[in-house]
Amino acid sequence: MASMRGEGERNDLEQAAELFTPLLLTTDENFAPGHRACIGCGEALAVRHVCKALGTNVIVVNATGCIEIFSSLLPQTTWRLPWIHTLFENVGAVVSGVESAYKARIRKGKIPDRGVKFVGIAGDGGTTDIGLQALSGALERGHNILYCCFDNEAYMNTGIQRSSSTPYGAWTTTAPVGKHSIGQMTWKKNMPEIVVAHRIPYMATACPSYPLDLMEKVQKGLETEGPAYLHILSVCPTGWRCAPEETIEFGRLAVETGIFPLYEVINGDYRMSLDFPVLRPVKDYLRRQGRFRHLTEKDIDRIQARVDEDYAKLREKAGVK
Amino acid sequence: MGLEGSFAIAEAVRMVNADVISAYPITPQTHIVERLAEMIADGELDAEFICVESEHSAMSACVGASAAGARVFTCSAGQGLELMHEVLYIPASMRLPVVAVAANRALSGPLSVWCDHSDAMALRDIGWIQIFAENNQQAFDLTVCAYRMAEDQDVLFPAMVHIDGFYLSHVTEDMELPAEADVADFIPDYEYPFVLDPAKPVSMGCYGPPFIYFEAKMAQNVAFEASKSKILEVWKVFKETFGRSYEPVETYRMEDARTALLTMGSISESAMLAIDELRSEGKAVGLIRLRLWRPFPFAELREAVKNLDCLLVLDRAISYGMGGPVCGEVKAALYDKRQDLAIVSYIAGIGGRDVTLDEFKYMINRGEEKAQLVTLGEELEPEIIGVRE
Repeated sequence: MASMRGEGERNDLEQAAELFTPLLLTTDENFAPGHRACIGCGEALAVRHVCKALGTNVIVVNATGCIEIFSSLLPQTTWRLPWIHTLFENVGAVVSGVESAYKARIRKGKIPDRGVKFVGIAGDGGTTDIGLQALSGALERGHNILYCCFDNEAYMNTGIQRSSSTPYGAWTTTAPVGKHSIGQMTWKKNMPEIVVAHRIPYMATACPSYPLDLMEKVQKGLETEGPAYLHILSVCPTGWRCAPEETIEFGRLAVETGIFPLYEVINGDYRMSLDFPVLRPVKDYLRRQGRFRHLTEKDIDRIQARVDEDYAKLREKAGVK
Repeated sequence: MGLEGSFAIAEAVRMVNADVISAYPITPQTHIVERLAEMIADGELDAEFICVESEHSAMSACVGASAAGARVFTCSAGQGLELMHEVLYIPASMRLPVVAVAANRALSGPLSVWCDHSDAMALRDIGWIQIFAENNQQAFDLTVCAYRMAEDQDVLFPAMVHIDGFYLSHVTEDMELPAEADVADFIPDYEYPFVLDPAKPVSMGCYGPPFIYFEAKMAQNVAFEASKSKILEVWKVFKETFGRSYEPVETYRMEDARTALLTMGSISESAMLAIDELRSEGKAVGLIRLRLWRPFPFAELREAVKNLDCLLVLDRAISYGMGGPVCGEVKAALYDKRQDLAIVSYIAGIGGRDVTLDEFKYMINRGEEKAQLVTLGEELEPEIIGVRE
């Protein structure tokens, strides 16, 4: 049951946008406007940037989650790229199958080799929790794929339930704040490091608040022979309890405080994409989000200490003095 | 030639020239994937073998590969089919011609690797074409046929061949392998019409809210029911090409029978021996074997039972608190037209327990007595055969 959309169609808004778009970016929107994401959705923005960088010679495999729900409501689709969604936890396996099909059919002379690339996309739940096994399998087997995790730090699609990617101290509906709870009681799972442990050729963190950096990393990931992984922080005003017009700013604050450092690991070598010898205090980031509203000075100090420690370790790995 | 059931299936997959095989090891299916891995390693089959980390991923990779236009294969058993369960609905709803073999196995707990049909019965509503084989020749033939059925442009549904774990998967039997060229002609290259291809983008697996989901599922059911005529066509062409005949419901020595036993899978061959012995004693009894399990062969079943007074249904699975699942379905299928037919339920062969010739004879003889009670209006529980009390 597939639905199709004509190629090359442009509406007035897209044509107008061309006037104000710097020439260094393509004006093509492979992820079309008109989807159903919340106002200020950082994930929709990130997907749009990623799709610009992907070009059109790709196949996208999507996990169940916000992106799939807001982009594919029958009988419409936001996707101008060939796109498939099946289940929540199996993107790593489905994209492995798509890649293997092309590999076998090209080798057997059934189709020409047109250099098609294969991209898996999922949220933090579909990556760090339920989809971790399928992703690990795909990375370990060495498929020629790019996997993008859009991390909005909770199960936002089902109503802001905690995931293993939810940061310490954040309120969610399943990690509520109460007499015996400060919200999320565990530290955010370090998914980028878990990926790096698979010793794949390319891993990077990114954020749509830094669109050129994000797009450059997508292109590097596509060009990589073997598995590449991007971990993309995607601000969620709905779940983070912040103003929708502050999405870009919160992405920047996450990076500038060292909470979400931007870095690459290329064949095992760490490289800081942006380095801050002096970090902004984490309270600049935490204090303005509703999900952290309840934190005491002591809680914030604990988070600050953890961020300082992690950031120092990362700089050391990257050889930054 | 003598060939193990698992190797016969691997031969079928090789001869249809599968592009992608994705599987996870589980007893008693392992010999199939081991043999396929050998074939690829030796260059006898040009395919990608994805050694996935679970059965869930095995079927997921098949779905992805099939959507990208590849001819795919996987196989599993018991717990593996249960872990795969969620994904099995996907190729059926997305109309992808995935072909799989199930080496039927009991379900935990206690853990058992041995044969029964508990796993198959848990898959009744997945929307796949499902066919039961009784011996290794059938395992080969039906696997080949499954590709032609699934890939028919008017069908495009996944197909599963059920073989009994160990009884077929690990037993060597004499069988006939057709010429490779004949199989290649029977299963030509095919093009999936909605393939994932940047040259012609499609969105597959969209989200269906209430205003459209129901219509999508109805369309699926209408198309699935319509696939039956194509299934029959495939078996007709198979018979013309290879000489062996398959039907949705097959009968044995039913000519003047008033009583018949109904079976599925390898147990049918033992049942035939019992029918032969009882026939030699002058009893008018016969055997009905359900070959096509989905789509369910209503018309053929009614035709097969038309002269019967008594039908004995042997289940190799238990639906807890309900009885024998096949018997329940057979009763439902016949209720409208044959309320005069006495139907008796037996459950046997659970978790690899052999069913002996004497037990078959007992079931048939005792069944006729039980049928009289049913006719008098008595409600009978399913009788469990071969269990210690």
